[in-house]
Amino acid sequence: MKHKTIKMMLMASTVLGSAITAYAADATLTIESWRNDDLSIWQEKIIPAFEAKNPGIKVKFTPSAPAEYNAVLNSKLEAGSAGDLITCRPFDASLALYDKGYLASLASLEGIGNFSDVAKSAWITDDGKNPFCVPMASVIHGFIYNADALADAGVSVPTNEAELFAALDAIKAKGNYIPMAMGTNDQWEAATMGYNNIGPNYWKGEEGRNALIKGTQKLTDEAWVAPYRQLAKWKDYLGDGFEAQTYPDSQNLFTLGRAAIYPAGSWEISGFNQNADFKMGAFNPPVQKSGDECYISDHTDIGLGMNANTKNADAAKTFLNWVSSAEFASLYANALPGFFPLSSEPVKLEDPLAQEFISWRGKCKSTIRSTYQILSRGTPNLESDTWNASVAVIKGNESPEAAGKRLQDGLASWYKPQQ
Amino acid sequence: MEKPIQKPAIRWHILVFIAPAFLIYTAIMIVPLFGTLQLSLYKEIEGAKVFVGLENFNTLFGDPRWSESFWNALVNNTWFFVVHMLVQNPIGVLLAALLSTNTLRMRAFYRTSIFIPTILSFVIVGFAWKLILSPLWGVAPNMLDAVGLKFLFAPWLGKEEYALTTLALVSVWQFVGIPMMLIYAALLSIPDEILEAAECDGITGMSQFWKIKLPLILPSIGIISILTFVGNFNAFDLIYSAQGALAGPNYSTDVLGTFMFRTFFGFQLQLGDPHMGSAIASAMFVVILCGVSIYLFGIQTRLRRYQF
Repeated sequence: MKHKTIKMMLMASTVLGSAITAYAADATLTIESWRNDDLSIWQEKIIPAFEAKNPGIKVKFTPSAPAEYNAVLNSKLEAGSAGDLITCRPFDASLALYDKGYLASLASLEGIGNFSDVAKSAWITDDGKNPFCVPMASVIHGFIYNADALADAGVSVPTNEAELFAALDAIKAKGNYIPMAMGTNDQWEAATMGYNNIGPNYWKGEEGRNALIKGTQKLTDEAWVAPYRQLAKWKDYLGDGFEAQTYPDSQNLFTLGRAAIYPAGSWEISGFNQNADFKMGAFNPPVQKSGDECYISDHTDIGLGMNANTKNADAAKTFLNWVSSAEFASLYANALPGFFPLSSEPVKLEDPLAQEFISWRGKCKSTIRSTYQILSRGTPNLESDTWNASVAVIKGNESPEAAGKRLQDGLASWYKPQQ
Repeated sequence: MEKPIQKPAIRWHILVFIAPAFLIYTAIMIVPLFGTLQLSLYKEIEGAKVFVGLENFNTLFGDPRWSESFWNALVNNTWFFVVHMLVQNPIGVLLAALLSTNTLRMRAFYRTSIFIPTILSFVIVGFAWKLILSPLWGVAPNMLDAVGLKFLFAPWLGKEEYALTTLALVSVWQFVGIPMMLIYAALLSIPDEILEAAECDGITGMSQFWKIKLPLILPSIGIISILTFVGNFNAFDLIYSAQGALAGPNYSTDVLGTFMFRTFFGFQLQLGDPHMGSAIASAMFVVILCGVSIYLFGIQTRLRRYQF
């Protein structure tokens, strides 16, 4: 008797429970993302602002770790358990999702008109007809410095390469600070914050990048090898045991005030503002000679797309339209200084460090990371190889020329225009 | 008077008791295994799944880039296994021999504390050791400094020549409890009469261990070797949690598990390829199958067993 009652109760709770979740799911949007650092900003600022305007739609932000995001997302999409809104990596990773039918076309979304073609370029089919993610933000590369450390060594902010190495030498000679905070353990910093940070000055930004895609330049050309030569010189300025120094180690080293210069992406700004209690500044990658035109990596980094199989398409579209509005751009850019809005509408930034970064858009020419568009479609993967080569060059295990040759051979093995 | 011979009744209870384990094992082990083997014979060409026979294996072993990664991973796996066999298992036997001596005090304490790392999650072990060995905030450089041996310290996990051995030793630290426990149990099961008889014949101490105990625990050591083999060739978790999916520095800690993970699920800008990933998984399966077969037919059958 008792047994039966319990059984009935369990049954009832299962049925009711699933009914309740099914009901709630009608209006709940789940966002997949790799920005786990931003969890509190989404929960406290962005989502409440949206929910206040759109009663009846609840939004959940469910990030996973950056390095695992692509793998996790792919498996979730294949299993049909992914969220309604998908944070999009730029270029091929998202294009592949669109081609497989996991991302919906946003050609008919009104808000998509608020973006320039360049902003949309990272999330559009090769024929330019179907955008599939709303551009959210770009990140700019440069160097963040500890103003106290530069003052301590008596150097001013470097503007060309000779000045940069003079400053590093002075800091090293003084000995109070580690000249440069970067490690090679996690590999990607060496490529993203090293090679693709300083590189555009050598390969002249878009000009070199497009030439590489067309096949008129090679990775063995001086413009592509020279950045490795500079990286090789960085070795002497990194901290003891940089080989095992991880990305969080480098961040902590800098925010604890133990390092002077941090090769950075602008996404670091909000974290550094929270953790560092000294005055910080930023400079764009120093040019080879004073008077040279400067180039910056202003990388279209984050977009937001809609899961093609979502059950809440209307609610998701409402959210995406809101994401393309000026209100979101200003909210997002100021909540996350360092993620610069791509929307055509002007947005006022309050953070001084973020202002410094975005001011380079005025004086330098912008480009995106060299390996992201088209060139990482094959095997061996050029992006992964660039990580590996940048690390090998910094450690001194491989000469800049050998690294260039290895990358070129790998690229040419599958990429027709380079053959 | 003889009873008439009765046909024995079918013993249903045996089937009933075997069924759950059999069904679960089939559902979560055997079916996926054949699923993986099947997946490795296909390839995705323009969105459609096409049967290509052994082409994926041809790429894996024929294409110099793929085969280089594969052999690198296999060699690393072998080294990982060798370190375990040479360090973990002898230490395990030694600890078990020490624990089973009657004169040792606080036996339960040692036994427990040596076994505890085994039940820790790989993630905890990976991160804890990464912190301990960190050249910036780790305790290892300070401890070496305190005894004047700072010059011995290197950023081990970041150097190509040391990283794999360091990780293997971390894994040994974590799992030394398992051979210890198994050998300890085997040693305890040796009857006292045999040991007393040995003492009467004047065999005591070290020679008692070598001449009496060791031959009696050889079958256990064999089982431990095969467990180590299978465990090591399936290794993934520790390397992934300490070095990430790229198994740095410069793939020096890449084992078949991480290689398979990167290929199957993709990494950063590289998209996942389930078919090549399955081909690697199948190759892993064959390697392990060969190792286990060699043990079963070559060694297991020749081990002498003693009945007490």
